[in-house]
Amino acid sequence: MRETYGKTLVELGRENQDIVVLDADLSRSTMTKIFAREFPERFFDCGIAEQNMVSIAAGLAASGKLPFASTFAVFAPGRCFDQIRMSIAQPGLNVKLVTSHGGISVGEDGTSHHSIEDLALIGSLPGFTVIVPADAIETAQAVRMAAASYGPFYIRLCRPKVPPVYTESYRFNLGKAVTMRQGRDVTVIAIGLMVAAALEAAKNLGREGIDCRVLNMSTLKPIDEAAITQAAAETGAIITAEEHLEHGGLGSIVAQVLARHQPVPMEFVAIKDTYARSGKPAELLQRHGLTAKDIEQGVRSAIARK
Amino acid sequence: MSLSEEGNLPSISDSVTTSANSMKAEVFSSSASVAEMEAIAKRLRRHIITMTGKAGSGHPGGSLSAVEILTALYFGVLRHKPSDPQWADRDRFILSKGHAAPLLYATLAECGYFPVDELLTLRQMDSRLQGHTDRTVTPGVEMSAGALGQGLSFAIGVALAGQLNSQDYRVYVLLGDGECDEGQVWEGAMAAAHFKVDNLVAIVDNNGQQIDGWNRDVMNLDPFPGKWQAFGWHVIEVDGHNLAQLTEAFDQAKPVKGQPTVIIAHTIKGKGVSFMENNPDFHGKAPNAEEVKIALKELE
Repeated sequence: MRETYGKTLVELGRENQDIVVLDADLSRSTMTKIFAREFPERFFDCGIAEQNMVSIAAGLAASGKLPFASTFAVFAPGRCFDQIRMSIAQPGLNVKLVTSHGGISVGEDGTSHHSIEDLALIGSLPGFTVIVPADAIETAQAVRMAAASYGPFYIRLCRPKVPPVYTESYRFNLGKAVTMRQGRDVTVIAIGLMVAAALEAAKNLGREGIDCRVLNMSTLKPIDEAAITQAAAETGAIITAEEHLEHGGLGSIVAQVLARHQPVPMEFVAIKDTYARSGKPAELLQRHGLTAKDIEQGVRSAIARK
Repeated sequence: MSLSEEGNLPSISDSVTTSANSMKAEVFSSSASVAEMEAIAKRLRRHIITMTGKAGSGHPGGSLSAVEILTALYFGVLRHKPSDPQWADRDRFILSKGHAAPLLYATLAECGYFPVDELLTLRQMDSRLQGHTDRTVTPGVEMSAGALGQGLSFAIGVALAGQLNSQDYRVYVLLGDGECDEGQVWEGAMAAAHFKVDNLVAIVDNNGQQIDGWNRDVMNLDPFPGKWQAFGWHVIEVDGHNLAQLTEAFDQAKPVKGQPTVIIAHTIKGKGVSFMENNPDFHGKAPNAEEVKIALKELE
């Protein structure tokens, strides 16, 4: 995902002279260094100063530039929420925040580097479009979509390489859920690396005779209310799966939609009200209930309540 | 009793004909003499008192302290077109201390960006004149401010865009001294020097006070000019109420290459109104009807 982001930025940079890229001393990790090598005059390393980076990006956008600003997801919005709020969101400026290292699959760096609140924070800001791509192919498309659409965007990437869930022919459709797998008994709505886990869970559940629909809700905001409502009406139970706290992320947003339009039994595969510590990504995902097995368990619970 | 009933409105309308009309739709550039600017500064002070008095809230103290700074900029330094606020080649003025919104609004109105009478809508429902600046609704306002510490960084972005686009506009950003408690100001100070944004001038309205009292008691900033020097800035200190000194400082900043310039303008909070001067009570409190009357008499 990160490598794809850097390469996509270079392609966009060749096409559009107004594209500028900012980073906060993490360009080797976010992969904005690939852009920096190609276009040093259009790359601004702001040092370890995320607040400054965000407001500089806003000033560039206010002057007609198309800034992409990157750091770890835990630092933006975490370290600079007020700057994102007043410099970018309130005026609706054309800044693209693309953060890497979302969730706990960051791994060994531990709590300080795990981003489990970012979607709640950024999703609370009026006017922000929020995207969590499921693989590298979708990442490239989402970054291109952000460049082509005016307004504030937040795109959250993760650290580990994730298995592809799409082929090159895939075309990202902003604000539309993608039906990854049809099913009649239950629907799993997932984002990020949980999409691959959801597909694995659906396959396993098929052996038990459970016909599981899987939606990739890569555009978290604005959410595809129609797809959620339709899935609830047709399958009668919903499970959300995300690498984020249970509060304020995908699960909360989907629950809100269901409460309004189509209440059905629902289960949440997400991090419970706690922080993770150091560990290998796979170990942490297992410890915090974010595996295919956990999704399968959630599906059984939800179906039992139908 | 509203202020208009007290008969203070005619003085506001007078100023429309004396200033805005004569220069409407023109590019402002070094047009006013010091004497003319002094007269403008007095009108701005009257507007600030009248507006905040009518609104019943607002920040007169830190607006009054920066009156000469904005007068010198808007009537002697900035290249701008009130008839075309988005003119691509305009010099940019960014108000980082967003609570001085009444001063910026009064200045923009005197320039002709919007009618002077509109000043009396300050802080009212559906007014274009929000309590703190909002770039989405007010003609001539470059930045949504009020959350302190963000303006310098924003200004760096605007200045860098000018350099990338080979545009020759200059960027001016006004900070409060109390605002310099914010860590982001020093992140910006470091970055502006590092990126060599020499088309950027910061002005600090150094009135020595913040909400809780004198800066030196709340959070000491000294050595203040030394800090900016250490961060790599060209530093100029002036009497912030002396229009000739201010104008000269802006002229001095223009040829400075390879580094940004900061003008530390020594000012008095509440300047021009005896009972507001150096009185932190009037940082964020509007004058009542009686105080408005006394203040306007002092500003005749």
